[in-house]
Amino acid sequence: MAEISINGSSYQVDDDRTILSAASELGYDIPTLCHHSVISDCGACRVCLIENKKSGNLMPSCTTKVADGMVIETENKRLRRARKTVIELLLSDHPNDCMTCEADGNCELQDLAYEFGIDEPPYGGFKEEPRFTIERDNPFIEHDPDKCILCGRCTRVDQEVQCSDAIEFVERGFAAKVGAALKKDLGDEDSSCVFCGQCVEICPTGALSYAPSLGEGREYQLKKTETTCGYCGVGCKLELKSRNNKVVGAGSIYRDNLPNPDGEACVKGRFGYEFIDHPDRLTKPLIKDKESGEFKETDWEEALDYVADNFRRIKRDHGAEAFGALCSARCSNEENYLIQKLMRASIGTHTIDHCARL
Amino acid sequence: MAKVSSPRDLEQYQKQAKAARDKIETFITMCGGTGCEGSGCREVIKEMDEKLAEKNLQESISLKVTGCQGFCEKGPLMVIRPAGNFYCNIQPDDVEEIIEKTVLKGESISRLEYQDPETEEKILKEEDIPFYQNQERLVFKNNGYISPTRIEDYFSVDGYSGLVEALFNMSQEEVIEEVVNSGLRGRGGGGFPTGQKWKLTYQEDSDPKYVICNSDEGDPGAYMDRSILEGNPHLVLEGMMIGAYAIGASQGFIYVRAEYPLAVKHINIAIEQAREWGLLGENILGSGFSFEVEIMEGAGAFICGEETALMASIEGKRGMPRPKPPFPATSGLWGQPTNINNVETLGNVPLIIKNGADWFNSIGTENSKGSKIFSLVGKVNNTGLIEVPMGITLREIVFDVGGGIPGGKEVKAVQSGGPSGGCIPKDLLDIPVDFDRLSEVGSIMGSGGLVVMDEDTCMVDVAKFFLDFTQDESCGECPPCRIGTRRMLEILNRITSGEGQEGDIELLERLGEDIIDTSLCGLGQTAPNPVISTIQYFKDEYEAHIYDKACPAGVCQDLIYYNIIEEECRACDRCRRVCPVEAIEGEPGGDPYILYDDICIRCGNCIEECPFSAIEIVPGQKE
Ligand SMILES: Cc1cc2nc3c(=O)[nH]c(=O)nc-3n(C[C@H](O)[C@H](O)[C@H](O)COP(=O)(O)O)c2cc1C
Ligand code: SF4
Ligand code: SF4
Ligand code: SF4
Ligand code: FES
Repeated sequence: MAEISINGSSYQVDDDRTILSAASELGYDIPTLCHHSVISDCGACRVCLIENKKSGNLMPSCTTKVADGMVIETENKRLRRARKTVIELLLSDHPNDCMTCEADGNCELQDLAYEFGIDEPPYGGFKEEPRFTIERDNPFIEHDPDKCILCGRCTRVDQEVQCSDAIEFVERGFAAKVGAALKKDLGDEDSSCVFCGQCVEICPTGALSYAPSLGEGREYQLKKTETTCGYCGVGCKLELKSRNNKVVGAGSIYRDNLPNPDGEACVKGRFGYEFIDHPDRLTKPLIKDKESGEFKETDWEEALDYVADNFRRIKRDHGAEAFGALCSARCSNEENYLIQKLMRASIGTHTIDHCARL
Repeated sequence: MAKVSSPRDLEQYQKQAKAARDKIETFITMCGGTGCEGSGCREVIKEMDEKLAEKNLQESISLKVTGCQGFCEKGPLMVIRPAGNFYCNIQPDDVEEIIEKTVLKGESISRLEYQDPETEEKILKEEDIPFYQNQERLVFKNNGYISPTRIEDYFSVDGYSGLVEALFNMSQEEVIEEVVNSGLRGRGGGGFPTGQKWKLTYQEDSDPKYVICNSDEGDPGAYMDRSILEGNPHLVLEGMMIGAYAIGASQGFIYVRAEYPLAVKHINIAIEQAREWGLLGENILGSGFSFEVEIMEGAGAFICGEETALMASIEGKRGMPRPKPPFPATSGLWGQPTNINNVETLGNVPLIIKNGADWFNSIGTENSKGSKIFSLVGKVNNTGLIEVPMGITLREIVFDVGGGIPGGKEVKAVQSGGPSGGCIPKDLLDIPVDFDRLSEVGSIMGSGGLVVMDEDTCMVDVAKFFLDFTQDESCGECPPCRIGTRRMLEILNRITSGEGQEGDIELLERLGEDIIDTSLCGLGQTAPNPVISTIQYFKDEYEAHIYDKACPAGVCQDLIYYNIIEEECRACDRCRRVCPVEAIEGEPGGDPYILYDDICIRCGNCIEECPFSAIEIVPGQKE
């Protein structure tokens, strides 16, 4: 245990914790940008600085561990000025695009600009001319380096959680940006990106977005439905986002004890939702018209009768061994259980298989 | 192959090396450092080798190619020992004469002697040249004597005796105590007490531990560390081994920039030799201490000299700093306790162990002991590498070692500490070279850059130069440094191009303070220093740029104009003929010539050409 003083009050805290985690738990509100719970901390953004009253230094609370006898302040004039300057500097290299930005209402930079009451950065205003080009040579992820604050959350989730090592900072100084292999697009053949989308999820600004979701609605316009991904047996939790009853995105849920506690997903779970609202999707049963060869819509009553009659006929004429069932990973365990039950108990065959074995 | 397997062995080899050296009658030491290489020493060396062979003199006369001797400006350099003749600016054609006259007959060749720029007097011997006279060469002591590629040469100057002393006569704690008592402080820029740092690493209860020698040396114009590695690599290796023994490490890394091919070559040879002789590897000299070293070549990013970025780079990651704490002593390379020291720091260690802490701390000031190597450049007569005792004043460096300002100009300021340092104005030149005093006046010791500036130097332009470097070398990780230094540079560009506005000085000061306060690493935390210190001491120059639209030193192109002084112009037509843009008009022998400012590109051709000094640079903008 360590005894520390925060803003004049004393506390006993575990000595293995960072100042940020200890202080936040005690109710002190410290702004952050580069911190995220599922990745390591790097102390890059400088907005979580606190003042060490003994050394007189400002220190990043996200990377500094508490120590016995520490006396810190999380809020004072000097800190406010320091944080404000940092945000002003970020804004001075940021387009004033909130009106049209995908991330409006879901942007940590915007929130801090508001909180610190910045209307115009004092170093020549906002960024007028883009310095970079938008990268969108792939169907999934759009990257606008002009909106990037280089917090490094995307690179860390990519390297530490997804372990793809697909992105890293490239260039240095003012020219630094996040880039994929050989500074080419994420979708390039040299890129090791698997389009899991975790970088997009974790990005605090509008620098990374899902290409299929562009223009489909801002965060606050979307309805969120927690669901389990149906693609495989892992059962990742996802948050389907929909607007006007149409699914427009699949977000991450960060929660312990999930199969994907750090918001992981694969490309199918993240982007493979289009079928839900696809016009080709079958939503009613169809029966083939013998004469024209065309499928015709019908109701369930008729369709099931049709299937049952034919099952009966086949079993009578050819025996149970004429049947086989192939079930799908897209079905739930219960559904898979039921089909084998149907095959074994009422039809009388063991010829059952599952697509996962193929 | 001979192996050193005990302290007695080493003593034996040292004796042999000395005897072999003493047998030779004459030594010609030729500087083979990168500086002299640039001025053509290789050709001279080749010529000398051939001539000595031709004359059958190789037995009695030994040609030694040494590391940097410091006076690079005068290279190629040669000293003939024991007579001591010092020759500079030698050409291959001079070799025959040198051998015939000086080497064989002991006559001096006046043409090759050093001439004092002030008194115009010729000086015969190295030790009488003011440039050397006022130095205190501890780390550099053997740079001009020994061949860096021969371990026997290092033995001949009692090399590795410090290691033996540490391994056999001192405990780890005693070595640390000795370094603490010596008062040695890091020469890499921060000035952290070296013994203290060793102690912290020693106290960590974790295995393995590492030692790193920081030879990244990225300051523009600095080449102290390069010259030590080139000229005396075994000294650094010995220092590293003593450090490793003290903290309990058995693996070391030397991080050296790939742009230093000669240094890389020499340290590689030294490691190879040390391994062959049994001075590296398992159970060194039978002491039970084992140590290995690996060389990592850096790709030349300035930020990779910062210790945490350097370690990330060794680990194979992008060279970006991380916040401290945790310090490398607790969690360094691969998360293990690591001691990282600068080349020059380590070069001092064997001397301290050999001669004792008391010897070392008898040199220098209260809180800054020993010597410091500087690269002295700029508007000063003698440029080169100098090693001076701590406590020497800046004035002594500029005027005694440096030989004053060329062209009869006045000194204006001295910039110390490289791009992170500050500018010290001429009325403060009497302050001593001392870690604390330099930082009190707004600069730093840094790794050893010293730039002398004369009255023709524009301080705003100087600030801009250094900031341009740091903003370009910023790693880009944290916003205050990445964006803040860029914004400061934009403001400076605005000021020097005549677009300066009221409030710009205050904006620079405020932004500078915030960048210092909030940046993640030392680069950002010091990048504003050149700007802040020039505002502190030369605010009037900033004001002249902003309010009078004039550059008083006549440097900033948009804030000066060229003017033909009517009374002086004799209409000789020479200026008109050299002007590349036809900005000058006139008839030979007619009225005074006219210079059109809107066409003039300030190339300076006309000023140089005018025999009557009729063309002047006027600070300000032409009405
Ligand atoms: C931007 C930056 C660049 C640095 N470059 C070097 C360098 O080139 N060489 C060096 O020895 N130290 C350099 N340092 C200092 C190192 O971080 C470290 O303090 C030093 O190597 C410690 O050795 P010392 O205690 O012997 O001085 C640099 C620091 C910063 C912030
Ligand atoms: S989509 Fe996944 S794999 Fe691709 S860059 Fe982002 S985090 Fe890495
Ligand atoms: S793209 Fe987003 S997450 Fe990645 S560094 Fe930029 S702002 Fe941070
Ligand atoms: S201060 Fe500059 S160099 Fe250091 S971490 Fe920040 S951006 Fe990188
Ligand atoms: S949240 Fe700590 S520095 Fe960014």
